[in-house]
Amino acid sequence: MPKLKVDGVEIEVPNGATVLQACELAGKEIPRFCYHERLSIAGNCRMCLVEVKPGPPKPQASCALPAADNQEIRTDSEMVKKAREGVMEFLLINHPLDCPICDQGGECDLQDQSVAYGRGGSRYHENKRAVTDKNMGPLIKTQMTRCIHCTRCVRFSEEVAGVDEIGALYRGESMQITTYLEHAAKHELSANVIDLCPVGALTSRPYAFEARPWELKKTLGIDVSDATGANIRIDARGREVMRVLPRINDDVNEEWLSDKGRYQVDGLTKRRLDRPYLRRDGKLQPASWNEAFAAIASLNPGNSIAAIAGDMVDCETMFAAKQLLGALGSTQLEGRQTGMDYATDSLAAVNFNSTFNGIETADAILIVGSMVRWEAPLVHVRIRKAVKRGAKVFLIGPEWETTCGGEFLGNDRALLGNLPGHVSDAFANAKRPAVILGGAGLGSGGLDAALAFAGSLNLVRDLEDGTKWNGFNVLHMAASRMGGLMLGFAQKGGIADLVAAKPKVVLSLGADEVDYAKFAGSMIVYIGHHGDKGAHAADVILPGAAYTEKAGTYVNTEGRVQFADKAVFAPGDAREDWTILRALADAFGVSVGFDSFDDLRTAMISAVPALGIEGLADYGSVLPSGGGSASGAIAYPIQDFYMTNPIARASAVMQRCSAELLHGEDLAEAAE
Amino acid sequence: MAERSIEPDTPELRARWGQFAWTQGWADKAKAAIARYPEGRQRSAVMALLDYAQRQVGEETNTQGWLPIPVIEFVARELSMPVIRVLEVATFYTMFNLVPVGRYHVQVCGTTPCMLRGSDDIIATCEKRGMHHGHTTKDGLWTFTEVECMGNCASAPMVQINDDNYEDLTPERMDAILDALARGEQPKTGTQEPGRHTVEPAGALSTLTAMVDENHDYRGEWA
Repeated sequence: MPKLKVDGVEIEVPNGATVLQACELAGKEIPRFCYHERLSIAGNCRMCLVEVKPGPPKPQASCALPAADNQEIRTDSEMVKKAREGVMEFLLINHPLDCPICDQGGECDLQDQSVAYGRGGSRYHENKRAVTDKNMGPLIKTQMTRCIHCTRCVRFSEEVAGVDEIGALYRGESMQITTYLEHAAKHELSANVIDLCPVGALTSRPYAFEARPWELKKTLGIDVSDATGANIRIDARGREVMRVLPRINDDVNEEWLSDKGRYQVDGLTKRRLDRPYLRRDGKLQPASWNEAFAAIASLNPGNSIAAIAGDMVDCETMFAAKQLLGALGSTQLEGRQTGMDYATDSLAAVNFNSTFNGIETADAILIVGSMVRWEAPLVHVRIRKAVKRGAKVFLIGPEWETTCGGEFLGNDRALLGNLPGHVSDAFANAKRPAVILGGAGLGSGGLDAALAFAGSLNLVRDLEDGTKWNGFNVLHMAASRMGGLMLGFAQKGGIADLVAAKPKVVLSLGADEVDYAKFAGSMIVYIGHHGDKGAHAADVILPGAAYTEKAGTYVNTEGRVQFADKAVFAPGDAREDWTILRALADAFGVSVGFDSFDDLRTAMISAVPALGIEGLADYGSVLPSGGGSASGAIAYPIQDFYMTNPIARASAVMQRCSAELLHGEDLAEAAE
Repeated sequence: MAERSIEPDTPELRARWGQFAWTQGWADKAKAAIARYPEGRQRSAVMALLDYAQRQVGEETNTQGWLPIPVIEFVARELSMPVIRVLEVATFYTMFNLVPVGRYHVQVCGTTPCMLRGSDDIIATCEKRGMHHGHTTKDGLWTFTEVECMGNCASAPMVQINDDNYEDLTPERMDAILDALARGEQPKTGTQEPGRHTVEPAGALSTLTAMVDENHDYRGEWA
């Protein structure tokens, strides 16, 4: 624990801290461009110069200088001021100063820091360097003349994403940042380099010239494109969501966001259901709310009603549906749209128990039936970190490019009970072994076999340092899954139970992956926001709100309860889902016991108290013993990363990503 | 600094170089280069392999050699490293040619000491033969670039042609060298000054004269 002085104030800093970190601990702001907490240290922008004694009589780059005992650091001396001004002047020599036409304007590190630390004006009269723009795909817009060569994007793609595709070519003044032969950046986190770029060199292509940061209303939300529950900030102008940015949450998404979570939002304005529809003469025709409600109520279903929750609904909507069905005397609730029927008696058995932070520390990981890169890109980042720390990774399932090594053992669920010797040895010797069971691994007895595996290897254990370790993880893909399971949206036989019950009315809460052909005899009431598969099958469409248009509670795959706020209003006649269900209760003539959103939330929390507390829900650490054996080949459920939900399917950006990045269509650059 | 660019990745380029593989001689050298580094650090051999690849391309094309994109990809495969990392190295060092060059790559030093000693005349001599900056002559014999200091200031002006340096040049001596190379002969490398061997003082010693015969401690004489 070195003791040192920053601007005359003595502080003690942790071992291994850099001078920059010491200054921050002392409350001093150090300007920087290349340094980033989550990336390796490059030390090439030179903006973080400070004066350090003892040492050479010149300013030193604080980001790459270890803090040591008895250092005297000055961040406020004349030398430091002059050094910062000098560096800033050099950085601006080849920077175009086109802030008025630059999308980074208003949220630009270079802009801010040149105001705070730069000289008033330029003394440079020579010609400036110009660099040709590079193609980096449909998400990243480049304006490479603005680049100051901090190499954050290079380090991100190598260290975090694990895909070496961005590099710095040539050298000195000719240095250029580019992808290899200007191929598009092709991984699921590629757009994070836009946030990392401290200048306007890499900006968002879909958001280009759309809005200025100060025009936007910022709302805190939760991403629903996968079950990670990434924390997001929804930036809206008027009634339109302009963009989504990640928020920092070290427990969940660190500060990254998947490309889908970030760029599906343009789908929120397309293919929207903005008025009720009723199927008349086999055709869906516009109707009024009253006509729609009357049509449903006239069926008088009694307790012959079922509800299917979609992948993106919030807990409040599901609870409201549960109350409505309860008032009618039905418990036909299901959320696993594709027909999975794993046991849900113990939620610990279907939870990501290690937590995302915990999985980083695992030393042996067995991934069963999960293409983690597509199913939860942010979890994949954590697994990569574990591998960097020395974890061994084994996978069961069809091969995919892991970016972090790992050994594919085969494609058969039966392997779970019959692992090759070296894998068993690795797990027997591991201190913190973990298994990750994906959607494709859960079915066909996979969960029971995995639980038996967990039991035999003692995955739940007390560690030597006294902490508890639970290495049994299920990685879901639907943002609503854990919340739905907590609210009881699961039947013993899965959705087949609902089919067998032949309900008169099926309430579909944005469920678009269900095979509605099996419900041929039922009236399908679709409460959702997009005209997608569910709406096509529906007999009545009641337009609801998307995740940006309602406040809600979400539970991610590790059982973390998180709250989201409402950013914008739903379009047209669309209403927040709970109000629709409340009005439906009136149509049926039953009471659901809530009249306002607060009532609803209070009722939900009293029914399931864990949903009222932000943070990890406690499911206990006792796993069922499982048993039996699984068999059959594993096939991953996601065929197309960019097309997994109705919002993404409606999004032009996601469609372009899918066509260009996954299906190799050459949409090429428009001549711009 | 010379402006550099990568030869565009065309189907023709792929057709010509897509099948690139080591010849036996270079394969042995590459193996030896990789073996110099500990297990897991093979990619440290990237510069050696790029050099060998460039030389093999040179042998195949009867030029100094260069690095087409498919050859860079081949080196990346040899070392199991991402292509972009190899490309970064290849573009960083000016010794790697990124575009086709001629039989002889004439690199004239134009930095201050050489310039003071007449490198402008050497450049003029080259230009008289139709060479001009950054280009290859039509006959494919010469590629001409002006470069920065090569560290031969004591025998300036100098020129590097492929692997050899020629120093103490005058326009006449430069002409003689280029003529000899064009005829396929190998001119004397190093200094062209008659009687000079390396970079020993031309003529009598002008400094440190007391050191000629024995070690001499000058420190007492510092003013």
